[in-house]
Amino acid sequence: MLATLLIVFREVIEAGLIVGIVLAATKGVAGRAWWVSLGVASGLIGAAFVAGFAGEIAGLFQGAGQEIFDASILLFAVVMLTWHNVWMAGHGRAMAREMKQVGAQVSAGERPMAALAIVVGIAVLREGSEVVLFLYGIASQGGTSSVAMLTGGMLGVLAGAAVTALMYFGLLAIPAHRLFGVTAGLITLLAAGMAAQAVLFLQQGGYLEFLTRTVWDTSWILPQDSIVGRLLHTLVGYNDTPNGAQLVAYSATVAVILALTRFERARHPRPGMVRRAA
Amino acid sequence: MNPWLHWLTGGALAAALILPALAENGAPVPVVLKDHRFSPTEIHVRANAPAQILLTNSDSTAEEFDSSALHIEKVVPGGGKGIVRLAPLAPGRYHFMGEYHSHTAQGVVIAE
Repeated sequence: MLATLLIVFREVIEAGLIVGIVLAATKGVAGRAWWVSLGVASGLIGAAFVAGFAGEIAGLFQGAGQEIFDASILLFAVVMLTWHNVWMAGHGRAMAREMKQVGAQVSAGERPMAALAIVVGIAVLREGSEVVLFLYGIASQGGTSSVAMLTGGMLGVLAGAAVTALMYFGLLAIPAHRLFGVTAGLITLLAAGMAAQAVLFLQQGGYLEFLTRTVWDTSWILPQDSIVGRLLHTLVGYNDTPNGAQLVAYSATVAVILALTRFERARHPRPGMVRRAA
Repeated sequence: MNPWLHWLTGGALAAALILPALAENGAPVPVVLKDHRFSPTEIHVRANAPAQILLTNSDSTAEEFDSSALHIEKVVPGGGKGIVRLAPLAPGRYHFMGEYHSHTAQGVVIAE
């Protein structure tokens, strides 16, 4: 049971952290609970489908179907996260100010909640499909241990939910006027890490076979399969032995998001300057 | 403008140039998974050269070839086959496992 708990927890933790960040990034947005729940629910349904058709998906693209699929949804998530950050660069200051002044929920308006719901859905789908495959394997073996192992699985999911809560309340401890800046930074690194991961999947599938050599090795300081290594892998894309193409993808994603947000911020001059002076 | 489009185009071009060279690098190493155990458990590959493992899953349930040392997460469905592509490796031992049955499914890639 403990083994099952740990494996399920390991899978759930990534989605859990991402949901926690999304919840914090959308603090004060009306209707966000609905959006996030929608993301989780569609992610779960998607996970069951992906697990059910794992064989069919794997068989596509000359056996590289899983890799193409993983890379595609990761890159889609990167685009959604970028969109969110760029939008926030234009509207975030006004929102933070409004929240501070009114102390009440601001309306979602044209806020790209859908983008974040999709990101949540993708995170749940990726990790969830592995959990489904794993638990299905246990259940199909039958025997007396199935109940204990499924219990372990449930506890693993609960532990993952606890991580979401920790991440969320941890981020909420940040003062309100800094919160959106911090979550924007987290989302930028999250996106960069996903882009690097997508490159890895493409390489695994036999595509993008250039710059595949490991550039540095920090596994002796912080192995990626340690708990801290895994957490950092999810949060900022930590990789103990990154290759050239991954580093290029990572830096390019950060650069593009920073450039676009800077551009967007310039288009929306700092609001409230006049009022604050008055 | 979508930067990923540039990436993919550039990648496709680079892949087209590099792929023929890779094809000469020997056939994939066959590995069979049965009763949630890999056989052989030690896979020898040439160091500093790309290599492939052809994993045949003889079990009825899916398995994920998982290795943080090799940076690989490859799901192979029950009764299916999968190609695991290894990047050029520095000489050394690289642990891998079947994530869904890690108590029995264990192995190591040895690059030399």
